[in-house]
Amino acid sequence: MSILREARLVAAKDLRIERRSRVALQQIVPFGVIVLVLFAFAIDPDRGLLPRLAPGLFWAALLLASILAVNRSFAVEEANGARDGLRLSGLDGAAIFLGKAAAIAAELALLELVLGVGVIVLYDVTPRNALVLFLTAVAATIALAATGTVYGIVAAGLRVRETLVPLLVLPAVTPVMLGATRAFESALGGVPSEAWPWVQLLGACAVLSVIVGVLAFGPLLEES
Amino acid sequence: MSRNARRVFGGVTLVLLAITAVLALWVSPADKEQGDAMRLLYLHVPTAWLAYLAFFVTALASALWLWPRTRSTTWDLLAGASAEVGVLFTGLMLMLGSLWGRPIWGTWWEWDARLTTTAVLFFLYLGYLALRRTADTSEQRGKRCAIAALIAFADVPIVHFSVNWWQTLHQTGTVFNPKLDVQIHGTMAVTLLLSVLSFTMLYVCLTLSRLRLAELEEGREQRELELAIAERIAAEHPEPAVTV
Repeated sequence: MSILREARLVAAKDLRIERRSRVALQQIVPFGVIVLVLFAFAIDPDRGLLPRLAPGLFWAALLLASILAVNRSFAVEEANGARDGLRLSGLDGAAIFLGKAAAIAAELALLELVLGVGVIVLYDVTPRNALVLFLTAVAATIALAATGTVYGIVAAGLRVRETLVPLLVLPAVTPVMLGATRAFESALGGVPSEAWPWVQLLGACAVLSVIVGVLAFGPLLEES
Repeated sequence: MSRNARRVFGGVTLVLLAITAVLALWVSPADKEQGDAMRLLYLHVPTAWLAYLAFFVTALASALWLWPRTRSTTWDLLAGASAEVGVLFTGLMLMLGSLWGRPIWGTWWEWDARLTTTAVLFFLYLGYLALRRTADTSEQRGKRCAIAALIAFADVPIVHFSVNWWQTLHQTGTVFNPKLDVQIHGTMAVTLLLSVLSFTMLYVCLTLSRLRLAELEEGREQRELELAIAERIAAEHPEPAVTV
């Protein structure tokens, strides 16, 4: 079996669990939307600040929700020795990484769509430069999902996993948060051409985090 | 290092630190523009240098642990010891910088590239230390800590790069210029140099002590178990009295 086919199997497994349990749809997505609403409470909506701050708030909400997605992705393997099953399945470590990261990325993409509609409706944002927005979202999503998956397996099986994952992931994804926010700002209100360096930075982050995951996931899974 | 050598080294470090304190507080003149606030730099500069050195040592020790030929528990323990001291110095650096920034820049905190990177660095290694605490022995910690240390170390340049870019693309307008390269007075230069030297020795002392402590902790359970077994055996099979 090729690595990609194995990865598809793992991703399909994770997404099937999410489709049946509906945790992503009924808990993680609403959580993201609630964070958007909370931001509006924190910042007085009447002063016209919300549309200007929307890019940063969008990515902050997504980042917080992505922690839940990562924790969920590894929580489903805690019970019934499922991680042992995964370890003994003979699947390539890199393939398992790619599969789990792809499943998280798919959930994040869904969340981005919902949050995107959220900022348009709630924060009065007018979408512009769809291509920049799309490429930024793709690169940032891959980087977030891959980094989250790496730290997810680092913390897998630990009693403090759920509190440890945010502490590990959030500082590590600073460049993604910065890059995605600036790129969105440029696309929505500033000079669109200024977004490209940030999109490139996000692309580099995505590639690097995938490489790290492909190399490190196997050994980490054996250990967990 | 033998016990005596450690004591001598620690003593010399203390003496040098005392000399540094005297030089920094009384002998060296106040800065023409910054006044006495400048004296904080005698602490700030060495803590900054040691934070970076400590994390470099952590990364190096983690790499040596991961490499099968050089794998030894000592490397894992050294990585942890150095990271702990590094986090301590990073925290001190941020605090001292903040105290210095208040009178000189007029603000406790500036979203400058170097400051922001350092803050992220602090949290990255706090996470690493939290991860280390999840297991008691080097065996259990194993790969995950070593790999996490290497990822954290590799992440630092990317964070620095992105933050730097953020600041150049979005100039906040505040005039930030630490101008450390202004001519440094003879006494000031000597004081700073001595400060860096004595604090580096302090780092070595602290890290070695922490390493020794970690080594003692590491073997403790095993030794306690062996002791308990020996006691039980001795109780059940009393040794025949030795006759001369």
